[in-house]
Order: sequence, then structure tokens, then C-alpha cells
Amino acid sequence: MKQEEEKKPQKMVPIKSADSDSHAFFEVHKKVYPRSISGYFMRWRWAMVFLTQFVFYVIPWIQWGDRQMVLFDIGARRFYLFGMVLYPQDVIYLAALLIICALALFLFTAVAGRLWCGFSCPQTVYTEIFMWIEQKVEGDRSARIRLDNSGWTFEKIWKKSLKQFLWIAVSLWTGFTFVGFFVPIRELGSELLAMQGSWQIFWALFYGFATYGNAGYLREQVCKYMCPYARFQSAMLDPDSLIVSYDPARGEKRGPRRKGTDYKAQGLGDCIDCKLCVQVCPVGIDIRNGFQYECIGCGLCIDACDSIMDNMQYPRGLIRFTTQNGVVQGWAKSKILRKVFRPRVLIYSAILIGLSIATVISMGLRQPLKVDIIRDRASLARIVAGGKLENIYRLQVMNATETAQNYRIRVHGLDGIELIEGQLVTVPATDTVGVSARVQIPYGSAGSGSHPIVFDVDAESGKGSVSEHSVFLVPR
Amino acid sequence: MSDFVNNFWSVYIAVITAVGVLGCLLLLILTARKKVVSTDDNTTGHVWDGDLRELNNPMPRWWMWLFVSTVVFAVFYLIAYPGMGSFSGQFNWSQVGAYDAEVRKAETDLEPLYARFTAMTAEEMSKDGQAMAIGANLFQNNCAQCHSSDARGGKSFPNLTDRDWLHGGSPEKIHETIVHGRTGMMPPMAAAVGGADDVTNVANYVLSLSGSPHDATKAALGKDKFVACAACHGADGKGNQALGAPNLTDDIWLHGWGEAAVIDMINNGKTNVMPPQAKENGGKLTPAQVDVLTAYIWSLSNKPDAAN
Repeated sequence: MKQEEEKKPQKMVPIKSADSDSHAFFEVHKKVYPRSISGYFMRWRWAMVFLTQFVFYVIPWIQWGDRQMVLFDIGARRFYLFGMVLYPQDVIYLAALLIICALALFLFTAVAGRLWCGFSCPQTVYTEIFMWIEQKVEGDRSARIRLDNSGWTFEKIWKKSLKQFLWIAVSLWTGFTFVGFFVPIRELGSELLAMQGSWQIFWALFYGFATYGNAGYLREQVCKYMCPYARFQSAMLDPDSLIVSYDPARGEKRGPRRKGTDYKAQGLGDCIDCKLCVQVCPVGIDIRNGFQYECIGCGLCIDACDSIMDNMQYPRGLIRFTTQNGVVQGWAKSKILRKVFRPRVLIYSAILIGLSIATVISMGLRQPLKVDIIRDRASLARIVAGGKLENIYRLQVMNATETAQNYRIRVHGLDGIELIEGQLVTVPATDTVGVSARVQIPYGSAGSGSHPIVFDVDAESGKGSVSEHSVFLVPR
Repeated sequence: MSDFVNNFWSVYIAVITAVGVLGCLLLLILTARKKVVSTDDNTTGHVWDGDLRELNNPMPRWWMWLFVSTVVFAVFYLIAYPGMGSFSGQFNWSQVGAYDAEVRKAETDLEPLYARFTAMTAEEMSKDGQAMAIGANLFQNNCAQCHSSDARGGKSFPNLTDRDWLHGGSPEKIHETIVHGRTGMMPPMAAAVGGADDVTNVANYVLSLSGSPHDATKAALGKDKFVACAACHGADGKGNQALGAPNLTDDIWLHGWGEAAVIDMINNGKTNVMPPQAKENGGKLTPAQVDVLTAYIWSLSNKPDAAN
């Protein structure tokens, strides 16, 4: 066992920079040519590509009744989500959703590191799609390197052109789909084909260009230099988080060996220094240097090394998902996994579940009716015929259903209070109507000052019932 | 027109801007060629807290090109738009200019909406649902602040839903009121009427004209003194719309009810002003909007089933 390692600082495996000769402030970007590998994690990555892109590309085309199922109509200030019509006043649910996403991120990262980065981030997903196109057109890793290094032959021209054509096609379709979440996608399609709608064209091209640039060219540069998640992941991990780790105790000293010889007697470890783990890495690092901020936790190096271990008939797991404590303390797999359910993870889970349930219940109990009451400021109060004291109100009645509704308005809270005008209002679907309401009380029936009253607005169909508070002012 | 009190400030800002942009460029040029001493393990050499080291990785060169492109953009921007002090840029952009352009565009966009109504009379518009919806919105945004959201007004703000008009209630007169505004001016009449007792008597006579509670004796004494008022309010007290003199017999008390209020009015007079609403007179409404608003306000007191 490696108990003696516990108290001393972890043995430093020297980090070799990409080019230790260059001492300039800036370095030229060296293109990363990831080698393709098949394995458990690769299959998971592609599963996530299909899942996320199915949701993204298919959902705008689905109809709900006579409108799109998911539509964020910014122009009309209504968001349609399945059967719900959301008003700007419902932005609290967006806040709740974002908080839930953040907590989920904290939870998954505390458990298994950068799962988001390696498997579901749009950057990783689109880079995978674009790299797959590149690989299909230009060939495998060595073929691609050879092609880039060669001069402009006919082969290079048609291959590069085809790749660019496919990339641009995917980018344009992606941009079009993105805008289709905000403008009904079928109408958008005919609009764009007729080159109408300057803002739609702009956003479709902008988003398409961003996809093209990020997935085609920037790729790991986004993860390395632009995304803040890479930088604060160290704050979200602890020694019991699963990370992609190379086991130097098992692997060192690395080096090739002749078949049939006793490599352990030669002082060699399980690592044969084939550098396959470096070749498959999409961010171009060597995981044998230890846990690095560039590592997106995709696990492809695990797939690569396991395939080599199988060939060499060594046990798998020279590179594996494990925890820092697990490696340093030499824990068994079961203890490592038990440590996953530590207080931090349990607290995150509890808050996440609680908040999710609360949000779902709140949305389920939501009234499809909103009422805002503004007491007229132009006059404090009026004395009107019949010996009555009158206050005027303006009610904004917001119908959040998709059929026209008749609303009945009543008022209570003071003796003898009456609603003279504005008892019944018809509001078209998803529309807002302003109603003038005259509220009267017998003169002298209430003392001077501000009196709380309540307006009850009820839909005749039963879909929507709201009570809103206001005040009735009696002047001295 | 310069925003600065002295040309010095314009130059001051231009110099700081230029120095800033050129300074960034200088920084880029200097650092592009700079060499960095690097230790064996590619760290800065410092060790914190026993074993904490900082790597000294080079930055990607495309960052430098990105920075350079911002400097290039800055140069083009400062030529095209204001930024160098009072220099207004080749495109002559200004905040006021941008606002005016937006207003013109908004009016052009709204023209088709109002086009339908230009040929209609107020009566016809009052039957058109869309015209009335537009009119209601125009009213809430421009008129309701004074005349209340239900148009029934308040103290010193006339009720627009009744048939009692100070300056005339025909569509033409309403249109005139909206475009030019109104100034109702009653001069203090105490001197013309007589002494304090005379004023009280006249006040009671005025109250008697509308059947309001009054002292009959005083009213009888005041009748002769009412001559001073008849010049504007008419011998019968029924008012004069050409002058904006109210009808005193209608039991509508815009500026207060009762003897004390009437006495105060005779003693001190009143100037009541409605500001003009048309764009050409300092307001916000275009001619098309004034037409629709006129029809809306006319409709408030001319409902088919109204019983005023």
C-alpha cells in the first residue's frame, strides 16, 4: 500500500509543456487532430449528441393545437410552453429554472466532475458533429494531418470544399432552427427563402456563423480560454469527486517492452507509452501529467487505454474515473463510490429535489389570469350624485388562456361598497384589456384615510380566479 | 452646438481617447516580441503555501489578433461616430438625431393604421371598434392624467362624458380644443360688483339660478348686481361658449360647490389652462391621432343609449 505517500506531498510527475523552447508571450495555435476511438464513453458521448440534438432540431416543428408547442414570442411578449401561456410577469419561473440548472451543475460536478463539458455542452456536441464530418470527408487522423501538410492538390481542393459545404449547411440549418424557437418555424422558413424579415435573417446567420466558427475552428479553444466553467471547476470539486485519472503507481515507469518478457522485473509499469491517450484527446492534453484544467472529462482516453490494456492482456483501468482520495489512500472501488454520498452531495440533492418539486407544483397551481390594479391618481376621491364617495381604478386584466374569457369583477372590504362600472369584461385569448372601474361607498360611511379593499376577478368558465388588493381613499 | 463650456474639454477628451487607443496598440507591439524567462517545469518560479506553483503558459496568438482588431475597429469607429470630443463623426450621428429618426419611423409605420380613418367623420369613427380602441389608448396615455381614466374629470378638470361644454361640444370644437388647448380666464369681479355684501348677494343669486341651496333674500338683492356678470355669462346666466364662460344654471361646479366657493371665484377670478396637444403646438399628437381622439371624446357624450 502507498501509506507512506499520505503525509508527503504527492509525487510530482514533471509537466512537459507543448514546446518548452518557445519563450514568447504568445504561442501559435497548433491544430488538434483527435484520433477516433470506440468504447464505453464514446458511445455515451454519441448518445448525448443524439438526445440533445433531437430535442433541439425536432421540438420547434411540433405543433400544439394550432400553434407551435414551444414558442418564445418575444415580439408579443408571450412564451408558449406546451399548454401554458407565460407572461413577462412569469419570469420568476425562469429564475427558478436557472437556479435548478445551477444546482444540478453543482451536484453533477461534485459527484463526477465535468460531465457537462464532456458529454452535453453544445460546444462539445457541435464540435463532435463537425469533427465527424471532417473525419468522413478527409479521413482518419494521419490522413487529415497528411492532407493539411500537403500542397493544394485537386484532392485537397475538393475535400476541403466538400467539408466547408457540409459545415456551412449544418450551420445554416442550426441558425434557422434556433430562430425557429422565437418565430413560428414554418412561416420563418418561407420568410427566409423569400429573403424577408431582416432581423430573422440576421439572427439565423449570426447563430449559424457562431456554430461554424466555434465548432469548425475554435473547438477546444473555447474550453481552454473562453469558458469560465473550466476556471471555477476547481472550486466545485473536492477530493471525493470522480475525475479522469492516470494511475502513475501502476503505470510508471512507462516504456515499450518486448513481448513475452517480464516487464515488471525491468522496472516498467503498465504504461507502454503508446501515446494513444494523447492522440484521442479532443483538447490535446496528456492526462498522464495529472488532473488539468483543460480536461473536459470526456473519458476518451479511458476508452483508448482500455483498448490497449485489452491488447496487452493487462487489467483495464490504468486511466480511469477515480477520486483523489481513492488514489492517495488506496481505497477500493466500493469505498470510493460510498464516498460519493457525502454531506455535500446529499445537501445539493435535497435542495435540488425540493426546489424542483416546488417549481412543478407552483406551475401546476398557476392561475391563467393576472390582474393589476392601478388606483387613479388624477383625483383623490369624488363626491357624486346620490351622496356617494367614489374612487376610480384601472384594472389590467391579462388572459393567459388560449380562448376568449368573460371575467366577472366584484369588490369587497368596506360597508356598502359597490362597483358601478366594470363588472364584466371580455378579454380575447392571450390578450390584455384595461377596464375602468368606479367604486363607490356611501358618503361618511368610512373614516378618512386609506382603506384596504379587495377586487375579485373570476372567469365565468372557471379558468382563472384572482383576488387583488387595493386601497380606497377617503379624503378629510 | 457644443456640449462643452470651453473648447479645451473637447480637446482634452480627444487626446485621452487617442492616447488610450494608441497606448493599447503600443502595449500589443511591445508584448508581441517580449521574451519570458521560463524555468524547467514551466512555472513562474514562485512557490506559495509549500507546494503551490503557477504555470507560465503562453497565451494563444489569436488573442493578440483579436486585440489588434479592436484597435482597428476603434479607429474606424472614431472616424464614423462621435468620440473625439466635439467631433460628430462622418455619419453626423447624435442622440437627438437618432430620436428624431425613430419618431419619424414610428409615424411612418403607424400611417397605414390611421389611413382608414382619414376619410371618416367623427360620427362614423365612433361606430368603428378599432378606431375607438385606438382612441381609448390615446386617451389613457395623453388625457387621463388630468381628466381621470374614466374621463369624468375632477376639481378643475372638466367631465368629458356629460353634455355640458365650456367651449363647445361639436366634433369641430373638440378638435380645436385638443389642437390649440384652452385658456379659461375669469377676471376678479369684486370691484365691478361692489362691496363684500354685494359679492355675497350675487353669489346667492348665482346659486339660485341652478336651484342650489341659497338664501332667497340675498339672492333677490344680488339680482341687480348680476349685470356685471352678464357681459360674459349672459343675462340669463346660460354662459357663452365663444368666450368659454360657463353655464351657471346647470348645477355643475367645476371649481367647487357652495357659497364660499362662488364668493372666492368672484373675488379672485380663475385662470384654467389646458395645454395644446397637437405636435405643431408643442404636444405629442399627430393630426391623424387628433382626429381619432376627437371622435373618441365626442363618443363619450354621444353614446346611442346614453342618458345624461
